[in-house]
Amino acid sequence: MQALYAQLLVGLINGSFYALLSLGLAVIFGMLNIINFAHGALYMMGAFCAYFLLNVANIGYWPALILAPVAVGIFGMILERTMLQWLSGLDHLYGLLLTFGLALIIQGVFQNYFGSSGLPYSIPDQLKGGINLGFMYLPVYRGWVVIFSLVVCLLTWYLIERTRLGAYLRAATENPTLVRAFGINVPRMITLTYGLGVGLAALAGVLSAPINQVRPLMGADLIIVVFAVVVIGGMGSIMGSIITGFALGVIEGMTKYFYPEASNTVVFVLMVLVLLVKPSGLTGRAT
Amino acid sequence: MNNKIAALLLGTAVALAAGNLAVAQDKTVKIGSLSDQSGLYADLGGPGSTLAAQMAVEDSGMTARGWKIDIISGDHLNKPDVGVNIARQWFDVDKVDVIVDIPNSGVALAVSNMVREKNGILLDSGAGSSDLTNAQCTPNTIHWAYDTYTLAHGTGTSLAKAGGDSWFFLTADYAFGAAIERDTTAAVKAAGGKILGGVKHPIGTSDFSSFLLQAQASKAKIIGLANAGADTTNAIKQAAEFGIVAGGQKLAALLLFITDVHALGLNTAQGLNFTETFYWDLNDQSRAFAKRFQERMKNHSMPTMVHAGVYASLLHYFKALEALGGNPHDGARVVAKMKELPTDDPLFGKGSIEPNGRTIHPAYLFEVKKPSESKGPWDYYKLVATLPADEAFTPLDKSTCPLLKK
Repeated sequence: MQALYAQLLVGLINGSFYALLSLGLAVIFGMLNIINFAHGALYMMGAFCAYFLLNVANIGYWPALILAPVAVGIFGMILERTMLQWLSGLDHLYGLLLTFGLALIIQGVFQNYFGSSGLPYSIPDQLKGGINLGFMYLPVYRGWVVIFSLVVCLLTWYLIERTRLGAYLRAATENPTLVRAFGINVPRMITLTYGLGVGLAALAGVLSAPINQVRPLMGADLIIVVFAVVVIGGMGSIMGSIITGFALGVIEGMTKYFYPEASNTVVFVLMVLVLLVKPSGLTGRAT
Repeated sequence: MNNKIAALLLGTAVALAAGNLAVAQDKTVKIGSLSDQSGLYADLGGPGSTLAAQMAVEDSGMTARGWKIDIISGDHLNKPDVGVNIARQWFDVDKVDVIVDIPNSGVALAVSNMVREKNGILLDSGAGSSDLTNAQCTPNTIHWAYDTYTLAHGTGTSLAKAGGDSWFFLTADYAFGAAIERDTTAAVKAAGGKILGGVKHPIGTSDFSSFLLQAQASKAKIIGLANAGADTTNAIKQAAEFGIVAGGQKLAALLLFITDVHALGLNTAQGLNFTETFYWDLNDQSRAFAKRFQERMKNHSMPTMVHAGVYASLLHYFKALEALGGNPHDGARVVAKMKELPTDDPLFGKGSIEPNGRTIHPAYLFEVKKPSESKGPWDYYKLVATLPADEAFTPLDKSTCPLLKK
């Protein structure tokens, strides 16, 4: 029983990465209608950014939590301005192919210079050590990741679903011409939204740098699972992707305990089941 | 009419003779470096193995003696079917003579069978499974550098004898993981230890926390990491986070490469015990090779024992070709010649190749240095003990290779 609690908690930790990444994807898909396959590569860039800040500029973990997402977010906005914006009226497939190609290029460049084993990034001193919860030893850093990402997820949800800015955004997706008539710069808003989604991915990258190796392929390993999360939660649904992210982390954790060999596939089995029963995802609106 | 027939016969005879002559003096070789070029094993093999092959060609001086040697490379993506398809095309279309590297035992075992069918040559230094020279040995495969028996008898036995008598395995769920777990289990039991349990994880796992918790709960003294590459480094890094080493359990990285230690950093990796057959800082010859290698590597990493194996195995292969006076393009014949000649190269020293295809040379037990002991980047290993050649590999009388039963 104790082991079960421990696995639940560990699942929640992984779930927080899924939630952060799928949230960014959901924001980008919901607002820009782009299936952003470059998300994993941008997550990886976030982690590398933290590594460079530390090793080149001697800037530690805490500033990196802000600086890396901003830097990668700006990189994302440049991508949006120079490439993605031209795809706005076209089929989803074009956006998917373009971002997938971008992901391969970015990964390839990093791999060329840094190999595949990755680089070390240590846990910040304030978050070292762990707490004995009785049923398990919880590293402080992991606890921090769960709480921090939960807060960020809820803030993003609030920003988009409950503020005036979010209302503009949602309106601009529904009917850009009308919103433009009110004097709002829609293209700029779209660019900023993409920057936000990418920034969330980079933030997840910084959070994961001390846990996983900073590796060029770290995003590629994760992105497929995250896409399954988004599909299960419902494309474009913000709250849906947050809840599904955490829930799937827990389910995966359980699988690792009861039948570890299947832990890589369980998410996809669930995806198939959800698609069969409710093709628009658990919280998605039927279109 | 008669004249015509005579001329025709003469012409045919001349052509045949010329053909025979061409066979005898055929000095062309094509090498295929088949590896994981982009995934979790790309640093321990991958582009570095292609470079090692190039260096072997240059250092052998074969080109100056009239040989024409080409090297091509391929990416097996850690998938046996992809690996076999590439190898088949190499033999059928590209006329490749010899395949080197192949990390990932699953791919290596599949390709090894195909190589036998095509009468090619496989000089494997990337894969670990000792099955390559036991149950699944072929007259066309030579296994270089290391295998799971070496690792089990180096790391497993020494840790068990030093008091680590209860083990729990974290095993990568494919051929290599199964082989190293089996061999280490045997070694630990022989040294008086017992196995408390284990868990199999999929290859390429990024989060090990669930598995580590199970290992922690087992209360085993030693947690054996029966995996490789990025799987091992992630497991070690996360074990530190979960306080496993601080809690008194010890990690046994059953297969660890210098690139893994570099990736972990000495803070995390210090104190780990493991077995390798090559380290760049062993002697003058290895240092000289490593320096040239590092300068030419894109990410400036040091050579791993896999890279060293590719280099050494090709040097020996060239020796056999010279002894044969040309390339007969007959895999089994060249391999037989290679087994006949004693091995002697700058990286592994003097050794030999057993009839089952296993290359025999010493292995070394290393410990990762503390950050304070290291003089700089890549100065990572302390030599703890040397395993003599006859202890480092499966003794011939215990080998289950069918080639031995005649």
